[in-house]
Amino acid sequence: MGGRSTGPGGCFDVAIIGAGVCGANIARKLSSYELEVALVDKEADVSFGVSKANSGIVHGGFHHNKKYLKARLEIRGAMMFDRLKAELDFPFTRCGIIVVALHEDEMRAVEQLYAQGVENGVIGIEMCSAERMLELEPKLSRDALGGLYAPGGGIVEPYRFVFSLVESATKNGLQLFTNWRASAAERESDSWVIHAEDGRSLRARFVVNCAGLYADEVSRIFGAEDYTIKGRKGEYYLLDKLTKSKPNRVIFPVPTSISKGMLVVPTVEGTVLIGPTASAVDDKDNAATTRAELETILRSARNMVPDVSETDVITSFAGIRPTLGEDYYIDASAKVPAFIQVAGIQSPGLTASPAIGEYVKDLLKKAGLKLVEKANWDPYIEKSPRVRELSAFELDKLIAENPEYGEVVCRCECVTEAEIVEAIRRGHTTLDGIKYFTRAQMGRCQGGFCTYKIIKILMRETGMSWDEITKHGRESTLLRGEL
Amino acid sequence: MKELSFDAVVIGGGAAGMAAALELEAAGKSVAVIEREERLGGILTQCVHNGFGLIEFDEELTGPEFAERFEEKLAGRPIQAFCGCTVLELDAAGIEKTVTCASSSRGIMRIGCRAVVLAMGCRERNRGNIRIPGSRPAGVFTAGLAQRLVNVEGYVPGKECVIIGSGDIGLIMARRMSWIGCKVHAVIEIMPYPSGLTRNIVQCLKDFGIPLYLSHLTTDIYGRDRVEGIEVAPIENGALMTEKAFKIPCDTVLLSVGLVPENELSRMAGVSINPMTNGPWVDSYLMTSLPGVFACGNVLHVHDLVDFVVEESRRAGRFAAAWLGGARPVRELRVKALSNVRYVVPSRLEPGRNNKLYLRSMIVKNDAILEVKQGGKTLRSQKKNHVQPSEMLTLEIGEKELEAASGMPDASLEVSIV
Repeated sequence: MGGRSTGPGGCFDVAIIGAGVCGANIARKLSSYELEVALVDKEADVSFGVSKANSGIVHGGFHHNKKYLKARLEIRGAMMFDRLKAELDFPFTRCGIIVVALHEDEMRAVEQLYAQGVENGVIGIEMCSAERMLELEPKLSRDALGGLYAPGGGIVEPYRFVFSLVESATKNGLQLFTNWRASAAERESDSWVIHAEDGRSLRARFVVNCAGLYADEVSRIFGAEDYTIKGRKGEYYLLDKLTKSKPNRVIFPVPTSISKGMLVVPTVEGTVLIGPTASAVDDKDNAATTRAELETILRSARNMVPDVSETDVITSFAGIRPTLGEDYYIDASAKVPAFIQVAGIQSPGLTASPAIGEYVKDLLKKAGLKLVEKANWDPYIEKSPRVRELSAFELDKLIAENPEYGEVVCRCECVTEAEIVEAIRRGHTTLDGIKYFTRAQMGRCQGGFCTYKIIKILMRETGMSWDEITKHGRESTLLRGEL
Repeated sequence: MKELSFDAVVIGGGAAGMAAALELEAAGKSVAVIEREERLGGILTQCVHNGFGLIEFDEELTGPEFAERFEEKLAGRPIQAFCGCTVLELDAAGIEKTVTCASSSRGIMRIGCRAVVLAMGCRERNRGNIRIPGSRPAGVFTAGLAQRLVNVEGYVPGKECVIIGSGDIGLIMARRMSWIGCKVHAVIEIMPYPSGLTRNIVQCLKDFGIPLYLSHLTTDIYGRDRVEGIEVAPIENGALMTEKAFKIPCDTVLLSVGLVPENELSRMAGVSINPMTNGPWVDSYLMTSLPGVFACGNVLHVHDLVDFVVEESRRAGRFAAAWLGGARPVRELRVKALSNVRYVVPSRLEPGRNNKLYLRSMIVKNDAILEVKQGGKTLRSQKKNHVQPSEMLTLEIGEKELEAASGMPDASLEVSIV
């Protein structure tokens, strides 16, 4: 290890710390200019932090008052998804969002949300009677009194979104460094030298801190503002595709003062997600689920959709959201030069992230970064076939070209060997990385049948030995010996 | 795209599928077996322990040996086996059915047929299904996956092991892990009785001094990157005693918490599923709610022994062949699972011939009586030395048994354990 990674001139123009959805959006935006950009992340793959475990919602734009930066970025960001999907081939659908009121007080809260939505310019937002609600969402409890409907809201696979953004940026010159945990930094003449824990280092003129839960630590390393990111844990259940409870739209309860409440989400891939809870945690590394919280989720989800059944549960997980203040902290540091803070990006961070990419680009420009558009910037990435989406005729043709498309590895999600190989070729070399890219191991058997097959393909394609195969990098090795 | 045609297609080339296919062929039907793995045998191929075939062959075989015997029988017959071939879609609503499948060597095949035998087996319940809370480190495996890694791939999944659930695969893996030099610290079972066969409790736990904690719930799996341990708490009088919870450090957790018939293909084809078995509802011909679609083996209900799977699947193959030849049940009676009986399969029988039923007790009891009633009258009262949920019971209703016995020939048959 060791050695300095540099751009061609010995120095990157911008180094982005943290390859979550914000870092990825900023990286992609910057990749459209004549710049040398580095994106570093402490994990083995991108999107392995906050961005991998959340509700995957493109919000409706009515939850926050537009006096907040986060509301303005949410509204702008939400509008950018259609174009991004066309360019980047990630799962996204505008299925619409409903907020359901189950008693009179909640109905008054819904009216406030509606007024806020109108004020924010949400397209097509409407108030709904009980009858309209049931027409929009027949799975809803008969106790629903009414609610609101925002047809523009949608669902997205957050990790696929990040993978696509990073791939697009890389295609346009971005350099990605994984397993790269920033541990020290110093100013040298007019640039930053950043050191990784393992001895590697890089030099950059500007630094963007998108370190999510650890943005406070990164800020301290650079001698910038002193603040504390607190973790707020959200637990979820994932339900089988064949559940009877699958709604057509994202169903929100009436929000509370600390969160938007527990949702019932039909995911783009056909499963149903219920959650999240919201509880403050001290240990930001500990995304463990708990008995009590999981029971709360089932109860809450059943209030809105009575068909939710615990027999449909295929897995549970938790994500930790980074909370700082009431609003996002996105600004140039007032303490140190050439350092942009992107911190406290909790909900609706995923929705806002494309707008955050543009906003940070403008902040960098203001701070003196020269932006010259690339003449040959290519916004598109190579689409990779998804066997489960193909007709028999299309698949037959594909198998004739590449027989590995006929080898079904993951039976639950219908993922073939060719798709696993494609994930590895695109840089996803942990079991979780392959899971997020392909969905293999993500279905009802949770990898019971296909894990050993994926291990073998991974070893064959990368030349890794058995003791290098991990679930998610670091010490998460899967096998402990050979017979 | 290739178009083929057979009288019958058997989906799944494990013990059930092979047994059914042999009977179909013996009755003169053209038959194809579709198997997703590269070879026939299903889960038997990774079960290298012995104890298979005591009923079928009157000797103790390993899983692969048992499978080979059937493979050899198949090889001698004109049965078309497509291995490495995954069924993507089953269209079985009409008389002419189509099975669409994919393989690397043949591309997409569309196989037309008039009868389908479902023999896809079952899958293991996983951590999510039983909602064990905690973190999500590496080192949590279903027992079957661990078995595959050890027995076929030649890897050690972990050194310090705890097994959650006392299902048979978990028990067998407790012994297997001990043999390869791993320490098995405990087997944790939520129920007050083991869910595996008694012989496995003795041979795989007692002989190795592995403690079995009955009536204990796993309340946490902890560890950041790799499992570091689990927390368990006893259940007393139905209540979880969290204050008596204790930790067991380990680097590996194997789950043996039940099997679920794998019926997603059946469901998508429109087959009705019995929530008690998670398998299709079947009539006295082992035919599902879709005419011409039959089911047998672990896809119908989870069996204890492969010998029972084979017995049932032979009948399914014969019924499917008879059905293709135009035979239909003359008259059927409903069979109900009543007191202390979880389920009876099939749920219909045909009076006037021998019927074989499989059932599962909900209770553990010595000196129990298996009772069959019709219209309030007791037809059969059969003494059982011992019943328990993990041991399947069989019931044979003879050709003459139902005639005029109750005076209510059309009433349902009621099966109870008292």
